[in-house]
Amino acid sequence: MSYLPHTDSDLAQMLKTIGVERLDDLLEAIPTSLRQAPAQRPAGLSELELTRHLRTLARMNCPASELAVYRGAGLYEHAIPAAVEALASRGEFATAYTPYQPEASQGTLQAIYEFQTMICELTGMEVANASLYDGASGLAEAALMALRVTERRQLVMSQTVHPEYRQVLTTYVSGLSVSQTTLPAPTGVTDVAQARTAVTSDTAALIVQMPNFFGCLEPVHELAHAAHAVGALCIVCIAEPVSLGLLVAPGHYGADIVVGEAQSLGSPMSYGGPSLGFFATRQAWLRKLPGRIAGRTTDQQGRCGYVLTLQAREQHIRREKATSNICTNEGLLALRTTIFLSLLGPQGLQELAALNCQRAHALQEALCRLPCFAPAFPQPFFNEFVLQLTQPSLQPAIEQALAEAGVVGGLPLDVFDASWRGRSLWCVTETKAEEQVDRVVEVVHRVCA
Amino acid sequence: MCALECGSSHRTSDHAQRAGRGEPLMFEQSSPGRRAIRYPKATRGPQPEQVIPSALRRRLPPRLPEVSELDVVRHFTRLSQLNFSVDTHMYPLGSCTMKYNPKVNDALAALEGFAQLHPYQPVEQCQGILRLLKQLEALLCEICGMAAFSLQPAAGAQGELVGLAMVRAYHTAHGAPRRFVLIPDSAHGTNPASAALCGYTVQTISSGADGLIDLAQLRQALSGEVAALMLTNPNTLGLFERQILDVTRLVHEAGALVYLDGANLNALLGLVQPGAMGVDVLHLNLHKTFSTPHGGGGPGAGPVGVTRALEPYLPVPRLVEQQGTLQWSTASPHAIGRVRSFYGNVGILIRAYAYLLAYGTAGLADISRGAILTANYLAARLAAQYDLPYGRRCMHEFIISAKRQQASGGSALDIAKRLLDYGCYAPTIYFPLIVEEALMIEPTETESLQTLEQFAEAMLAIAAEVEHEPARLKHAPTSTPVTRLDEVTAARQPDVRYQPPQDPVTQDATYAMRHV
Amino acid sequence: MIPDGLHYTKTHEWVRREEGTRATVGIAHHAQAELKDIVFVELPTVGKTLTAGQACAVVESVKAAFDIYAPLSGTVVTVNQALVTTPQLINQDCYGQGWFFVLEASQPAEWEKLLPSSAYAALLATTR
Repeated sequence: MSYLPHTDSDLAQMLKTIGVERLDDLLEAIPTSLRQAPAQRPAGLSELELTRHLRTLARMNCPASELAVYRGAGLYEHAIPAAVEALASRGEFATAYTPYQPEASQGTLQAIYEFQTMICELTGMEVANASLYDGASGLAEAALMALRVTERRQLVMSQTVHPEYRQVLTTYVSGLSVSQTTLPAPTGVTDVAQARTAVTSDTAALIVQMPNFFGCLEPVHELAHAAHAVGALCIVCIAEPVSLGLLVAPGHYGADIVVGEAQSLGSPMSYGGPSLGFFATRQAWLRKLPGRIAGRTTDQQGRCGYVLTLQAREQHIRREKATSNICTNEGLLALRTTIFLSLLGPQGLQELAALNCQRAHALQEALCRLPCFAPAFPQPFFNEFVLQLTQPSLQPAIEQALAEAGVVGGLPLDVFDASWRGRSLWCVTETKAEEQVDRVVEVVHRVCA
Repeated sequence: MCALECGSSHRTSDHAQRAGRGEPLMFEQSSPGRRAIRYPKATRGPQPEQVIPSALRRRLPPRLPEVSELDVVRHFTRLSQLNFSVDTHMYPLGSCTMKYNPKVNDALAALEGFAQLHPYQPVEQCQGILRLLKQLEALLCEICGMAAFSLQPAAGAQGELVGLAMVRAYHTAHGAPRRFVLIPDSAHGTNPASAALCGYTVQTISSGADGLIDLAQLRQALSGEVAALMLTNPNTLGLFERQILDVTRLVHEAGALVYLDGANLNALLGLVQPGAMGVDVLHLNLHKTFSTPHGGGGPGAGPVGVTRALEPYLPVPRLVEQQGTLQWSTASPHAIGRVRSFYGNVGILIRAYAYLLAYGTAGLADISRGAILTANYLAARLAAQYDLPYGRRCMHEFIISAKRQQASGGSALDIAKRLLDYGCYAPTIYFPLIVEEALMIEPTETESLQTLEQFAEAMLAIAAEVEHEPARLKHAPTSTPVTRLDEVTAARQPDVRYQPPQDPVTQDATYAMRHV
Repeated sequence: MIPDGLHYTKTHEWVRREEGTRATVGIAHHAQAELKDIVFVELPTVGKTLTAGQACAVVESVKAAFDIYAPLSGTVVTVNQALVTTPQLINQDCYGQGWFFVLEASQPAEWEKLLPSSAYAALLATTR
């Protein structure tokens, strides 16, 4: 299989125009010692063979379409409307280049402008960018921006921020002289009193995830207040933005930067990537924002059009003084989110959020009525919750029973922290019918009883 | 000339011009109460108000558009028709490698067995994807002549960050991180941006008159404080660094490392292995060389390859095989850490994997040879009318300077805009910074002779226009849905979001109550 | 476009001596012409201490951004707020309404290093 269109006659014509006998004559700049001998094997596969091979690999997996998977922890299984797939897979979107030549890219640019607007509406913030790689690197970019804006050197957060997000943040700031304080969270949310003590006049930002890694709802009003009391920024990180259909918008409780992961708004899980970071902040910091931004303007005939704007912040102009080094981001996924949110509208998003919330609470209540499980934290939650296994010896039996029933239960948290042994993080979305939830309870009940 | 222009003018210009206006925003097509997707109500479980404290509940719904599904389908279909894309147009963009994006790769990445897999499912349930990723790592090692790869970075720029962070870790482990990174003046902007993010000071080295790295300058710039040289080969002028072995030897003698920006790998596939050139660490752009779609600005992927000496510093988690099972391991004490959540842009990695299997190792050299052929062909076709500051021989891309045209009143920008009227996307302009009125042209190996000819004819026609009626270029493009846009006002008074009108319906308390 | 009575730097800033040790700073015609339409200026904050030769402000056009270097060491006493809303004043009147900031100069000897208009004009002639 190859996608090369040139025939022997095309080849001959091109060589003649160039003025060489053979193609190899064009390679003389390459030292002979570096020239690889042409490989004979393996040969390429035809589309038929390629498809067969990849299907075989795909069948070796057990996807959520075949099993009932009750895991979230930063990536969420949601039903994606067929119209999202149909529209986002159009070649005019999928194979378009980055919209540097706006006259040839109005479709992409207008969709970005709509995306930016929707992110602002969901988060209650004033401006947003065209996307970053994922929630984790988005959080890192937010922290870097807070450090720049405040000219301070310290970041404060608790263990309730996703462990992988915290690791990525550490990697991003490791080359700079920045200190990170991570507060323990035995109650499942950030301790407000501890946060108040931890933030100082050298704190650039207090970082809060909402809902947090454990699914719990954080005391966001008090935490934003604590940050502002010392002149620090409050960064709110959102891994499950469907929650914004029910939860208060961070802009309304004083968030300075809102970042997160928008995969759950219209993109498949795809084993963790590609995903989609979003970033929103105050109007005053528009020029400090990393990433691309689309803006509205007019053309020579006075017609409305869209362009990438404020490019002077970006790597291709500022080079070493850029706000970030990001170039390619997640444009096509941002488009999916724009289409998804257009299809849902405010009522659809609310219905979706309510359904997630109710299903998750129904499962949690039912499992906690069984003797083997108890809630790990006495906190309100949205669609994820942590259970404590009160009889640890039952763990293998429960896992086996669930597996036999085609269920992937809550994520055991000891992979992140050994002191979290016996705890599992469960997520229930609208993809689980009530009968499926009943089945899980039934299966566990038989083991516990 | 007129026939050529009219025949290939952008088809959407008819739509837009008949309509007299662009496509309104989705928000502007909103009608209160209009619905598309609905969800069933739960019959069990508490009401949200019972379990979410009132202080944490949303008072007012977000002001998203209220439209029907047909509204959405029409809106986005029409928006798509305002775009150029590889599926509709040639993109001779230097440094971007806008080759054909095979549809089979999209279909395979969308298989449920891949698309519906949660990253935290037990590894026994994910052996298919893990096997694919392991094979991809091995293929990339073989192609590049490197010892190990990380597939985690989400794009080339993130790959650079990872690569430089590893350089830093390596030097720190050997005594001190060192202070400088050397970067040629022809480099892509992400290079210095990434170096700065890793805490390094950038030292620019000027290219020689032949466009290549000047060895004398390099010798002078090297010291015990230089951590790395970042280079691109072929460079951004489309020229192969003939003295690459001397370059890498000098860098190594100074105790520094060689970082290769792999954006131009399309010229080297199956011909030259970066490892053989003395490269210590490199990143690849899967959305360039490896055919994954550009998506209007991503997603991409930027895997990083290293020599054995740098392997300990690769990001975690790493894919390892234990007793026949593939799994993720974080047991890597010298790793620089993690750069993104989960494992990488898997959907993109699957596409690149399929692409590599379609050609096979045996077929890879056909790609680079095809790319080099088409670029040299176009250089030959354009040589009479355009300045080729570095001659007619190039690798997979070449630079022309429009300074002759600029003198007659047609800048590189004007030429780029006028090309849109000829139904062709413009080449990269004003990059690299060291060439005046630069146009960087990279046709790729998937463009047929007919398409190449159309592009050449358009460029020659434009050169003639510059001679006889340069004013035509100043207002170009005229056949696209919008003409040149006021980027100055867009930057002075940025308008980056739509403000829905203060709609009394959505702002009053009864609306909030009806919808909660 | 090189008014007498002003001092200049090699990096195209101009300086006007004011009362006492004060100096007003802006960018010369050559710089604003090269940048073309200026869209944004990042000015130093009032009270900031500047060191001669170090970057102290940034000027942006659509496609480029340039550092402005402090011609003298000292403390910033006022900045031209009008440039925040109307950066095009720099293009329109770079020696007048397009001024950037006023500083309290701390090193009198540094004035010697600045170029009088004739020397600056000569410099421009050679680079052309």
